[in-house]
Amino acid sequence: MVDPIPFRPVAPGSQPPLDLPSYRSTAHRHPSQPPLRMPTTLTEASAPSFTPAWYAPHDDLSVVDGKQALGERMIVAGRVTDENGRPVAGAMVEVWQANAAGRYHHARDQHDAPLDPNFHGEGRVFTDAEGRYSFTTIKPGAYPWRNPGPGWRPQHIHFGLHGNGFAQRLITQMYFPGDPLLAFDAIFQGSGDDAAKRRLIADLDPELMRPDWALGYRFDIVLRGRAATPFENA
Amino acid sequence: MTPATASQTAGPYWHMIDFPAWADLLRADGPNAGAAGERITLAGVITDGAGAVVPDAMVELWQADPKGSYDGAFHGFGRCATDAQGRFCFMTLKPGAVPGPGNSTQAPHITLTIFARGLMSGLVTRAYFAGDARLAEDPILARVPEMRRGTLIAKPTGQGEWRLDIRLQGEGETVFLTV
Ligand SMILES: [Fe+2]
Repeated sequence: MVDPIPFRPVAPGSQPPLDLPSYRSTAHRHPSQPPLRMPTTLTEASAPSFTPAWYAPHDDLSVVDGKQALGERMIVAGRVTDENGRPVAGAMVEVWQANAAGRYHHARDQHDAPLDPNFHGEGRVFTDAEGRYSFTTIKPGAYPWRNPGPGWRPQHIHFGLHGNGFAQRLITQMYFPGDPLLAFDAIFQGSGDDAAKRRLIADLDPELMRPDWALGYRFDIVLRGRAATPFENA
Repeated sequence: MTPATASQTAGPYWHMIDFPAWADLLRADGPNAGAAGERITLAGVITDGAGAVVPDAMVELWQADPKGSYDGAFHGFGRCATDAQGRFCFMTLKPGAVPGPGNSTQAPHITLTIFARGLMSGLVTRAYFAGDARLAEDPILARVPEMRRGTLIAKPTGQGEWRLDIRLQGEGETVFLTV
């Protein structure tokens, strides 16, 4: 049988290190050995098929039981492509976020900010044939965390994506343009080079805005792409 | 070429996308209800470099079907949160051997990916099955230093019960893989 086309090696500077001293929780959790590099096999080149039939889409986080959540309503949309610029169709996109006051609908979140009964903060959408996704939500608030430094995380939405190869699996975070907390955030600042950080910031997009209804932010996401050359034994 | 978007930690609140039923790939109302094969459990404990259990990890499972195919007839995906004791446990069917690079054969294996607070990206590893004669020929295991191979091999703990503990850092550190 023909070997699967390998994934491109990770581009230098594009990904965070696992050992990130400024983010205290990495101290005992990052492996001390580098990962073992291996060829792309069928296992990594294949991926689960996530279908709306088994994984129900939920694309409007701004309403619960017909009641509107507090906060700035916004549409978040973008394209999912691979490193070769090709759209990733049928990708499952999972999102979760804090409410407008910076509180998660989560039992372990002890932040003393109000819960909003009309906001749960999790959603699931799928990309179309062009790799496009879209959902409606409210702008999350910043929230405190226990890490050396100012101790507040910038406003962000957590994203989880499954592409068409298991090696494309990505969990990331979307940030907002102009957020002054970005300059102090260990997680954002540790993401890689300047271009890597820039890719994590959404753009305010007038084309996505709906007059009298919602703000619009564009967040394009790139998953790993296949290489043209075979795996090189390092 | 635009490099891939940077990975970020899943943080402590990823449970908002946790659906505990997904740890059972054979659940009666799921995509594999009634699928034929050898039913197994794969369980383990995740610990960190200080020896503390990791009680807030997301473990994702990906595997071939009992014939070793990824054609999708069997939905080989699961997700499980570790509990307060750092434990995860999946219920699934034992996968078959999978074609490997060249004319090689990969011994039956399950891919596990770990996400958590304190992990800036997911850690990928494999669970092979102790006692399988095909382990000796596996092209991926062959790349792993012999003294660390055991971190990728689940041990039987009962009829159809397999266990693989994961050590994120330090003595007995699990071998993590990247393509
Ligand atoms: Fe968060």
